[in-house]
Amino acid sequence: MSSVIIAIIVLGATGIAGAVILYAVAKKFHVKEDPRIALIEELLPGANCGGCGRSGCHDFACACASASSLDNLACPGAGAEVMKKIGDIVGLTPAATTPKVAVLHCNGSCTNRPVTSTYDGAKSCAILGAIYIGSSDCAYGCLGQGDCVASCRWNAIHMDPVTGLPVIDTELCTGCGACTAACPRHIIELRDKGPKGRRVWVACANKERGALALKECKAACIGCSKCRKICPHDAITVENNLSYIDYTKCKLCRKCEAVCPTGSIIDSGFPLTVKEMEALAATRQQQTQK
Amino acid sequence: MSHTFHKGGVHPPENKITASSHITEVELPREVIVTFSQHIGAMAVCCRTKGEHVKRGDLIAKASGFVSANVHTPISGTVTRIDKWKTAFGYTADTVTIVAADDDHASDTAYIADGEATRTQEEVAALSDKEIVGIIDDAGIVGLGGAAFPTKVKLSPPPGVKVDMLLINGVECEPYLTNDHALMLAAPEKILAGIKLLMRAAGTDRAVIGIERNKDNAIRLLESLTADEPSISVEALDVKYPQGGEKQLIEAVTGREVPSGALPISTGVIVQNVATAYAVYEAVYLGKPLIERIITVTGPSVKRPGNYRVPIGMNMAALVNIAGGVPADTGKIILGGPMMGRAVVSLDAPTIKGISGILMLPDSEAHRDAVQPCIRCAACVDACPMGLEPYLLATLSRRQMWDEAESGKIMNCIECGCCSYSCPSARPILDYIRLGKTTVGGIIRTRQPKQ
Repeated sequence: MSSVIIAIIVLGATGIAGAVILYAVAKKFHVKEDPRIALIEELLPGANCGGCGRSGCHDFACACASASSLDNLACPGAGAEVMKKIGDIVGLTPAATTPKVAVLHCNGSCTNRPVTSTYDGAKSCAILGAIYIGSSDCAYGCLGQGDCVASCRWNAIHMDPVTGLPVIDTELCTGCGACTAACPRHIIELRDKGPKGRRVWVACANKERGALALKECKAACIGCSKCRKICPHDAITVENNLSYIDYTKCKLCRKCEAVCPTGSIIDSGFPLTVKEMEALAATRQQQTQK
Repeated sequence: MSHTFHKGGVHPPENKITASSHITEVELPREVIVTFSQHIGAMAVCCRTKGEHVKRGDLIAKASGFVSANVHTPISGTVTRIDKWKTAFGYTADTVTIVAADDDHASDTAYIADGEATRTQEEVAALSDKEIVGIIDDAGIVGLGGAAFPTKVKLSPPPGVKVDMLLINGVECEPYLTNDHALMLAAPEKILAGIKLLMRAAGTDRAVIGIERNKDNAIRLLESLTADEPSISVEALDVKYPQGGEKQLIEAVTGREVPSGALPISTGVIVQNVATAYAVYEAVYLGKPLIERIITVTGPSVKRPGNYRVPIGMNMAALVNIAGGVPADTGKIILGGPMMGRAVVSLDAPTIKGISGILMLPDSEAHRDAVQPCIRCAACVDACPMGLEPYLLATLSRRQMWDEAESGKIMNCIECGCCSYSCPSARPILDYIRLGKTTVGGIIRTRQPKQ
């Protein structure tokens, strides 16, 4: 019986002594942290995507708490509302930002780009690109191994098994830019999300001369400059046989899209035209008849 | 005592089907495409204009830095195009196209048939060491083992390094390839003359020729020729891949280990390939720049596999046609050997200095096995000749943990492929390590100026 009591006393005393030491050490070495950092961090998405230019959400929260102005601090994942809340916490007004979204400058789907070889190495665009040109003849287009998918912390990109190209979910995409850095061919660009999510862009990165580009991919931009000439807003430049639409100047009239001979200019977010709806209805009808 | 390197290594099936075939001379083509960047280092700069007439051996592009090499034309003819051309890997490279007229072709063929030496023994003996290096530099000679590193750079050791041995690499450890073997049998005296020149250029009085035991006839031939040459000896080595690697060969022959991060030359040994020694002989005695090399065209179902002496710049498809064309069952075409070579997308591309072989594998042997999870068996660790942990480096690289990969000595990897070869789960280990090497190398380079 007594041995039990001794054990309890010894153990209890050790516990109390340990608690006292821990308390003393914790008091002595207490690190004072701005309480606002924790509050801000709670508001942030916690994806550590790096879209703000900081090494992670905590780093961003620290930067916000110690900032004298929020002009260069914006979390693309959180959006304007959360930035306003953060502004309230630190007593500053956040700068107005235009939401961005990633777009792919390639439309080289399996039907557009003839496949010339098969690749069975490591599933990585960076590795494939270092070894050879890829499974088509185009040295500029998507390599299709999904480095962008792996880099996305928002689950906003997936590979389309039919086209073999990545599909960006504009609802989930925050415009953090991780995919633009991950793509070894640099064919993903951050563009303004646009009014009502409407955008027009050149879905091609091929800089070869027209005939060669067309041989490599049916949907290639051939640098014919038709789009540049028709654009009423001076938003289009053609350089190195490749057209580029400046999204800050584009007024979304889609005249360029209509004249593009290869269909390399594409849009998103627009309602369907009557013609398109008729075509869609026709294909649906065919499908149901089958 | 076993005569090989000690750490790691593998024994892939040798498949040297062209081992007993002589060198076949390829007829001069009517058109060549000369690529400017055929070597490690800065791209050579074109010094010809369109429409200009050039003679066989004329300079086409000039070296543009210390680590760079001159490029010459293997045929006489007219420069018809200076533009981009697709390489075998699909990317474009800067090239010059030279087309020979009938009389150009006839004069070249006649010139080769005569084959006169431009320097006599006495003239060569009178050359200074510096002049020999100068000739090697002018001739655009690069390491012909595969890496195509400019030879004159290797012959210019950094200050403070005392070179005490020239090591001639006749190992040819890659399966299938026999181009060095064929050359050693065909022109041993010329190789020895080249070795003597290299010894003078390197300022050393000792040379060792390292040859693997599977090339017994070459060992015996060179041993008999060097019997009364006290300064040159032949070292027969046990067969093990990757013995032809510079660091492995130095260890196998001298027992010296190249320190991590240091150049092989820090051990006092300069390693040169036998084909490089032969090219040095041709440059010094015949005044012929590096415009030809031996290429092994091989594969289990190739009609006429063999070792071909090819003008550098000749179309690869034309070369393969001489060997009987691409077999119908081909699933993969590899430039170089099966261990370190790279698969190509098209043969409609010019040959370059670094191509030692064209290997056509049948479809049944061409595919990788399905990737399985790593079972932590450490077969890759046992196989790695550099003493690295390949499974770990591959994972670090896949997860983009570059700092950890750097401290795991990823830069020491020689990309021999023993890890991927030995992996029972068929994991693409080397693919990821290569990616890591490129990235970590870039990080290290950006760091350097700040120091």
